[in-house]
Amino acid sequence: MHTLAANARVVAALGKRSIMQTLRRPQLLAPLIVFPTALLAIQTAGAGRAVDLPGFPDVPNFLSFMLAGSIVQATMFTGNSGAIAFAIDMEMRFTDRLYAAPIARSSVVLGRLAATATLGAIIAIYFLALGLIFGAEIHEGVPAVIWIIALTAASALAFGTIGAAIALRSNNASVVQGIFPLVFVVLFLSDAFFPANLMLEPASWVAKYNPFSFVVNGIRDPIISGWSVTTELKAIAAVVGIGALGFALCAAAMRSRLRRGV
Amino acid sequence: MAAIETHDLAREFEGGIRAVDGVDLSVAEGEIYGFLGPNGAGKTTTVRMLTTLLQPTGGRAIVAGYDVAKDPGAVRRKIGVALQEAALDPLMTGRELLELQATLHGISKRDSHDKSRWLLDRVGLTLAADRRVGTYSGGMRRRLDLAAALVHTPEVLFLDEPTTGLDPVSRKAIWEEVGKLNQEGTTVFLTTQYLEEADQLADRVGIISGGRLVAEGTPQALKGEVGRPHLELSLVEQEGNESRAEAVLARFGRPLPARDGVLMVEVARGSSEIGPIIVALDQEGLEVESLDLVQPSLDDVFVQKTGQHLEGASEDTDETEAVVE
Repeated sequence: MHTLAANARVVAALGKRSIMQTLRRPQLLAPLIVFPTALLAIQTAGAGRAVDLPGFPDVPNFLSFMLAGSIVQATMFTGNSGAIAFAIDMEMRFTDRLYAAPIARSSVVLGRLAATATLGAIIAIYFLALGLIFGAEIHEGVPAVIWIIALTAASALAFGTIGAAIALRSNNASVVQGIFPLVFVVLFLSDAFFPANLMLEPASWVAKYNPFSFVVNGIRDPIISGWSVTTELKAIAAVVGIGALGFALCAAAMRSRLRRGV
Repeated sequence: MAAIETHDLAREFEGGIRAVDGVDLSVAEGEIYGFLGPNGAGKTTTVRMLTTLLQPTGGRAIVAGYDVAKDPGAVRRKIGVALQEAALDPLMTGRELLELQATLHGISKRDSHDKSRWLLDRVGLTLAADRRVGTYSGGMRRRLDLAAALVHTPEVLFLDEPTTGLDPVSRKAIWEEVGKLNQEGTTVFLTTQYLEEADQLADRVGIISGGRLVAEGTPQALKGEVGRPHLELSLVEQEGNESRAEAVLARFGRPLPARDGVLMVEVARGSSEIGPIIVALDQEGLEVESLDLVQPSLDDVFVQKTGQHLEGASEDTDETEAVVE
């Protein structure tokens, strides 16, 4: 128990330091807020009439539909930014300082992921507030807000594990930055910005089974239509699946680093 | 009990590169051990193994009584590490870094505030405590790095090239601090490429080359191994007098081949022989223009043991003069 508390304190301290690092480095912070906000504004202003398409979900306005996509987009950027910051730490050998301390090596990764999850929660609050200010409606009210914040934080953590694994494997911030465009590919081939049922094949098929669509719908349903246990369970499963894959990749990358002596 | 002890310590990397190839060394408690070697000799790899950052692929290393491979956590609790590249986050303030370091070592929040304040004062960074590290000079960074390594009062302190790239004043400040720490009982394992640094600070020196320890001993003993002090002198009227002068000098020690007109002779008893030599030359009507007593240096040791000069050796000499000035 004592060890657990000590580890928790270390993870919290490293998480706090990671959040400060993000807030103090504009190039890490901008992608989390500026890009998704700009895309939300452009999409909402330019494609607002999409709600009139046959088969489009029944929503009060396009902003209400878009909100979940923007939250997931910002969340993925958070994971990516966290991974870039982690790779920078490795490049400048700050991680050596941490590994030379009497802490579990996993705490270094967990501290980074704790920061990513916290930033994910902040992002959810930001976009929900932005949406409410500009006319979005949250169908399920306060419980939905709490659920969305929790799901977004968990998603950020899960996405962050993939980024952390790439950072651990590559040891190179440029490589991690190189996966940034993939975020757009994954998102545009999901339900994030357009309903999968209105896409052409094979994009529609890909979007239907894209785990990121499950996460988007888990956030979107309580906003636009109401709770659906199946949708939320799929979202949880997607988050757990992505997180489990990411943690496994992180563990493998850590073992590889130890073996290679990086 | 030795503070650091290795037996046949080895590290082989992928591709069969053997960076450290069977190193045996023993560092006594309270000792400053200077670890010298050119780039790529294996000294940083050795330090990384001793500080648990890298697993050995062969042999054994005991640091502060614990095996680095079997009980790395216990080793980390006992050691302080200041790394070669001063791995500091430029976005953190000095105080934040020390408080984080204290947390990593399990020091309570309140104690970490007090310890950080005390350490910042000790290394002369109180006024810069709340500035971001990115605004610090090289010397300030090294002092902060040193303070971070001391936050948990380690028994053994590893300093990996702590003064590389620093100006002479900053270098001297670090030396003074290392000396103070050692007087307080801390064992110091110091890697350096500055021979003067090892000469000034180290009780004993180990020279690594090609992954193997090729020499070990006190600086004096090592220098004694490569030769005696020698006298270099030139005469006011050298032409035609060289052979007479050499005959006089030969009475005092083994003559060495002249270099660029400078006559040289080994003098077993060092400076005490200067007076008699000048008198003897004077009696022969030979007037001395300049005279230098040259002691063997660690660079001479290094050249003899490794066949090459240590990087930074020439820079070392220049900067030493600057310090003296």
